[in-house]
Amino acid sequence: MLEALGLTCVRGDRRLFHNLSVSLSPGQLLQVEGDNGAGKTSLLRILAGLGHPALGEVRWHGQAITRQRDIYHRHLLYLGHLGALKDELTPLENLLAEAHAAGLEGIDAVRVLEALERVGLRRIAGLPVRVLSAGQRRRTALTRLLLSPPPLWILDEPFNALDADSVALLQDTLEAHVASGGMAILTSHQPLTLAHTTPQRLRLTP
Amino acid sequence: MNTERTEPSLRQAFAAVLWRDVRIVARHRGDAATTLIFFVMVASLFPLAIGAEPNVLRNIGPGVVWVAALLASLLSLPRLFAADHADGTLEQLLLKPHPLALLALAKVFAHWLTTGLPLALMAPLLGLQYGLDGPTIGVLVASLLLGTPALSLVGATASALTLGLRGGGVLTALLVLPLNAPILIFGAGAVAAQAGGLDPSAQLSLLGAILALGLGLLPWALAQALRIAAE
Repeated sequence: MLEALGLTCVRGDRRLFHNLSVSLSPGQLLQVEGDNGAGKTSLLRILAGLGHPALGEVRWHGQAITRQRDIYHRHLLYLGHLGALKDELTPLENLLAEAHAAGLEGIDAVRVLEALERVGLRRIAGLPVRVLSAGQRRRTALTRLLLSPPPLWILDEPFNALDADSVALLQDTLEAHVASGGMAILTSHQPLTLAHTTPQRLRLTP
Repeated sequence: MNTERTEPSLRQAFAAVLWRDVRIVARHRGDAATTLIFFVMVASLFPLAIGAEPNVLRNIGPGVVWVAALLASLLSLPRLFAADHADGTLEQLLLKPHPLALLALAKVFAHWLTTGLPLALMAPLLGLQYGLDGPTIGVLVASLLLGTPALSLVGATASALTLGLRGGGVLTALLVLPLNAPILIFGAGAVAAQAGGLDPSAQLSLLGAILALGLGLLPWALAQALRIAAE
């Protein structure tokens, strides 16, 4: 399970949040809410181990993530608002390179194409990402959720720029992940409507 | 941890990061060609400015080719991490379950394959232009093959340190040029020694030592710089 204890985040001379504690067990979904600039992305980056809190610590299975970075990152999938896609490469090449760099086993072109088929991008799997629309890029990035996903997902605004079908698919994917004992933390402006899961909510206030 | 499972996956990750960067350069052949054309043009300007006196050209040739290689490798540094920083790939690189130093080394290796290696292979052409003889051209290529990976390592570390700063490109150049001075001295020195009828092996050994030292230490500095830049 993931625990954050007494997190304080300071940006410049502004304190974004103070003494914030979060706890997430398998099968739980946490939705982080807050106005623009409230520190949602900062919190997610700290939880992912990309940023450092001014005070406090993040623990994975009871141990600080800074002391077991390799194990924690094997269990984590973080998708920021940047898609981490290379404009010059195709969705297939991008996803294969990321999966191999992440050390995922048994991911080949066939598996990636199947996943792209599910998100409706099979047709454009061979086009460079440069020519894709914002929504298609977003869907390409989210396809990583379908490729042997690790137990903890941290997603920054995953519903941005998605059409209705993709929103429904992402909600189903999230629900299936949580139902099978996974954990997810996400930020979203829209209220999340899941059929079988009640998300926990965390509201960041200045 | 079960090392039998993690070791092949580290090799796979290294290869994935390496080939992704090589493939991007292959799609953008113009970028790589610019570096090479710059190299040839800088080295070709000297005979125009100094005059075509064969003895003078033979004397300045090794130094000119080495300085041109150093500047050309500097020219290609901005594309090493800046694009990754802007599109989020760097963020994902930091979240890999492998040592960041080794993944960053894969990127440096890709940079060398697409800039340093072509420079070394192009150098005989410039050597001929300056009237260097066969064995001297051989030493020129050997010194560039040993020196350009070190240039890539130093340049990568400097560009990681200046990542996200305004005017980072100029700052990188200011950081890199003094640090590269020893590589330039021993590289050009090896070629000049061979041209003067001396044994160049001492300078080549020192170049090799600089490369070995850089390989041992700089990837870790580079990894730390990348972590700081991503915050």
